[in-house]
Amino acid sequence: MEHYNMNLTLKVWKQKNKNEKGRFETFNVKNISSEMSFLEMFDVLNEQLVAEGKEPIAFDHDCREGICGMCSMYINGRAHGPWHHTTTCQLHMREYKDGDTIVVEPWRANAFPVIKDLVVDRTSFDRIIQAGGYISVNTGNAVDANALPIDKQRADESFAAATCIGCGACVAACPNASAMLFVSAKVSHLALLPQGEPERKMRVVNMIEQMDKEGFGSCTNIGACEAECPKGISLENIARLNREYIGATFSGSAQHE
Amino acid sequence: MNWKQLFSTSVGKKLQMSLTGLFLILFLVVHCYVNAQVFRNDGGKSFNAYAHFMGTDYIIRTIEIGLFAFLFIHVIQGLVLYFRNRSLRNVRYAVSAGNKTSHWYSRSMALLGTLILLFLILHLSTFWGPNRYSQTIGNGELPLYDMMKDDFSQLWVVIVYVLGCFALSWHLVHGFYSAFQTLGLGTFRYKAAIKFVGVAFAIIIPLIFALMPISFYLNWIN
Amino acid sequence: MTLNSKIPAGPLETKWEKYKSTCKLVNPANKRQLEVIVIGTGLAGASAAASLGEMGYKVKAFCFQDSPRRAHSIAAQGGINAAKNYQNDGDSTYRLFYDTIKGGDYRSREGNVYRLASVSSNIIDQCVAQGVPFAREYGGLLSNRSFGGTQVQRTFYAAGQTGQQLLIGAYQALERQIALGNVKMYSRHEMLEIVMIDGKARGIIARDLVSGKLERHFGHAVLLCSGGYGNVFYLSTNAMGSNVTAIWKAHKQGAYFGNPCYTQIHPTCIPVSGDHQSKLTLMSESLRNDGRIWVPKEKGDTRKPNEIPEEERDYYLERRYPAFGNLVPRDVASRAAKERCDAGYGVGSSKQAVYLDFASAIMRYGKVEAGKKGVENVDDATIKQMGDEVVKEKYGNLFEMYEKITGEDPYKVPMRIYPAVHYTMGGLWVDYELMTNVPGLYSLGEANFSDHGANRLGASALMQGLADGYFVIPYTLGNNLADDIRTKAIPTDHPAFMAAEKEVSDRINRLMNIKGKESVESFHKRLGKIMWDKCGMARNAKGLQEAIEEIKALRKEFWSNVFIPGDINEYNPELDKAGRVADFIELGELMCVDALHRNESCGGHFREEYQTEDGEALRQDDQYMYVAAWEYKGDSNFELHKEELNYEVVHPSQRSYK
Repeated sequence: MEHYNMNLTLKVWKQKNKNEKGRFETFNVKNISSEMSFLEMFDVLNEQLVAEGKEPIAFDHDCREGICGMCSMYINGRAHGPWHHTTTCQLHMREYKDGDTIVVEPWRANAFPVIKDLVVDRTSFDRIIQAGGYISVNTGNAVDANALPIDKQRADESFAAATCIGCGACVAACPNASAMLFVSAKVSHLALLPQGEPERKMRVVNMIEQMDKEGFGSCTNIGACEAECPKGISLENIARLNREYIGATFSGSAQHE
Repeated sequence: MNWKQLFSTSVGKKLQMSLTGLFLILFLVVHCYVNAQVFRNDGGKSFNAYAHFMGTDYIIRTIEIGLFAFLFIHVIQGLVLYFRNRSLRNVRYAVSAGNKTSHWYSRSMALLGTLILLFLILHLSTFWGPNRYSQTIGNGELPLYDMMKDDFSQLWVVIVYVLGCFALSWHLVHGFYSAFQTLGLGTFRYKAAIKFVGVAFAIIIPLIFALMPISFYLNWIN
Repeated sequence: MTLNSKIPAGPLETKWEKYKSTCKLVNPANKRQLEVIVIGTGLAGASAAASLGEMGYKVKAFCFQDSPRRAHSIAAQGGINAAKNYQNDGDSTYRLFYDTIKGGDYRSREGNVYRLASVSSNIIDQCVAQGVPFAREYGGLLSNRSFGGTQVQRTFYAAGQTGQQLLIGAYQALERQIALGNVKMYSRHEMLEIVMIDGKARGIIARDLVSGKLERHFGHAVLLCSGGYGNVFYLSTNAMGSNVTAIWKAHKQGAYFGNPCYTQIHPTCIPVSGDHQSKLTLMSESLRNDGRIWVPKEKGDTRKPNEIPEEERDYYLERRYPAFGNLVPRDVASRAAKERCDAGYGVGSSKQAVYLDFASAIMRYGKVEAGKKGVENVDDATIKQMGDEVVKEKYGNLFEMYEKITGEDPYKVPMRIYPAVHYTMGGLWVDYELMTNVPGLYSLGEANFSDHGANRLGASALMQGLADGYFVIPYTLGNNLADDIRTKAIPTDHPAFMAAEKEVSDRINRLMNIKGKESVESFHKRLGKIMWDKCGMARNAKGLQEAIEEIKALRKEFWSNVFIPGDINEYNPELDKAGRVADFIELGELMCVDALHRNESCGGHFREEYQTEDGEALRQDDQYMYVAAWEYKGDSNFELHKEELNYEVVHPSQRSYK
């Protein structure tokens, strides 16, 4: 892999806080190495701003290895940038070439209000989980782990859904600002396991209700969420959620806790 | 049973879209079959016979009321969802992903639907409306076949009809698959099959419809 | 003050059972009156907060991230150990206990470790009940893999994302308690001070990181579950936000810091690519099962790896440790890599890397595949293709991750790897009940020093975090809070709260008013360099003495020349980071002091002066068989307290992997 350096123009969304209006600001960065990650490029820019006595650009990030779900940039129209199955922190600068202009925006959805610059508030996701994204088992209540064999294929499917990192790229990418991929991943994860069975109906009904309450849009099966999901969560899960919801609606036992 | 959910939640509303959409798809099949009788090229004999049956049979007429109700729900609910969804992102993106992450027609269902609706208004006010009116005031059924021949001799009408079919086609490419996905049937096992049938349906039915005005215009039928 | 570890008397096997049967309890009505503060929501914090909430305590949980689900436990890849013996390969509580003690190079407490091993089974049961989708066999039962050189298969896993799945399980349990109103969650909050009233920890001062406002929170007890402090090295596999601040504040309020110098360096990480590097990424230990580690035999060889013929390669681990080969423990593998690179045999542009090569494994698997399919006379390209498929099945996601970062295809060119800071065994000193020497102040998970001694075995961190949170603290907290049921909630306008808040506020103002020239990031990098060079994989007295002086100077410079943009009462990540780096600087000094005082090599602590003739770690059991618990006495002034380690069951011996 040949390494090279590049100069870039960045148009970044700056917004002081939730209440004030934001706008784009243009920054120039020089000598960016193709080996840097996208966030390391932002580190360079921020160091440059601090050196000039200016405020750096606020952005969310933590693990920088694609698993915590904290990073969240909308880069040139793409949630987490152009790479497939990648979070922003895993995107590397060899994607770009000298002279490129990159537009960076925060996740945009009313349910994800901007806190500052590129940082958004995603606690609505936590509240959706609170509505039913769990199995009610107190510590100490468990039976032996092997007491209940689980079909390997179901367990694998459950795991695939459970790999969701809750980053919100699905909402950001969805023209409807829908959170269905996120909700469906959790519903699928738990509905596919026998342990999730007792609360199965209540869970899907309550989580959907909370999702609506938080102000997420409805799914029109466009598929942008699946295309942008860094963990490859499949639309299959949304179909399953719909099935679960229909089942809960017509079987009659879906009651609120 | 918790029927309320079907009307109050986003998923419930989508279910309404799916079920009404599937009913409209069924209607398209019947409508297409009846109208395709013109291709028999028998001077409208078969077509008029079917049209008479469709226009006078009590069961069909009853279903027709249902059809309009479903169409109404599909249109209204679609618009309600569209405007709600749009309102949930107050600040829009400066750069959008465009076709990199999804198909334009999937994102344009409301637009395509509106075009179809406009076309429908024109279409209904040309054939269905006057016919039912004539039936109601006691003048009997109108000669629909002759009316078609007349109308489709004008180029602009033909163009409008072909465009209407075009909008319908793209609406169906997404709508057919989407209806099944919303019903929870978009599983790995059936997804490819549903998508294939959906695309085939979205091409064949509108194509047959579009061929009617074209055939009349080009005198393939006389 | 003498350190009392409060290990219950009696035979090892019955200590914990006896404790549980005789500890004091709090009745449900009283639990509702008792408030508990939990700092951090990783495996230890989330499991503790959820369990205590379930029991009826009034819990307040704090995390600096936007959601409790982001805590860095999520990044653990390999798995979690448990003495289930599902594989019928002779595993038992005792064996897990023994392996952990030995792996820790005989620097941990027998009583604690035995308890850890004995609750390990319950953890797996609990997690499965919560819906953690562990890997399974076709029969529907749980699958296990081997790990870190143990002789049994006791590691439960969920592909390469075990930490994520376990954390999501604990997070969901926590969210359920939040929904039920038993736990109140404060995300984007950072704890900045412990409030002491009458010698007990009775609350905290926290800063809302969005508004910048300081908040006072009362608690009958405070649980610090804030993770490890590997970021003192600047570059580590820790998350960017991982920090020592919570436990450092506790330390300054009187809590002893145990074994601060014990740091685990993980041998297989993606090497540094340049000055811009912000963090390091781990490549799972499991890769060493199939990858062969080598460097060129010739110094400064600049040829491409594939151009170097077999006989000119030095497979140094296989050469030095024929018995264990590439599967020696982490500390040994790391030091061997450093030794080669220091001697000038390193590879890549930085020369600070060694090759991890899958070529022979790919061909080996390819031949097996060809054999299975009964194809003969196949060319090498076809065999390689078949082998690629097998390797992809096993390590596909890791190879993909490597390629994303480096842009190189590890199926074609060997991976370049280098050791990186990964885990800190040291932490707040706690007794058997996980309480620090400060009454009412507890520490769980990586934040405490217990259980792993001088070196942690793979797949044991997750086990300890969850053991502490789910199965230990619910008992031990009750035993102590039973005496506190008459203590009413103390109003937060108590003078101690006011004073603590003022202290915090003054410090923030001081930081903001320095208005110097150098960025926080730059100071952090400089600290990291000192620590890595002089208190890293290999240490010596001279280097450590220099490091202490350099760190002192750095601290002075920091407090006179750091520049923090922005304001206090707003979202200001630079300010948050400044506070953390200030604490790291102080901790760095203590780590060097501890490393300098421990005149021996053990586990992750390697003092160059104390090694065998062939370069292996040399313990000094007669002098250093103790926990070094440091008391903060003021700037650069730490007093050593020793907790002697008594081995009643296991007999310490020299570890050998030859």
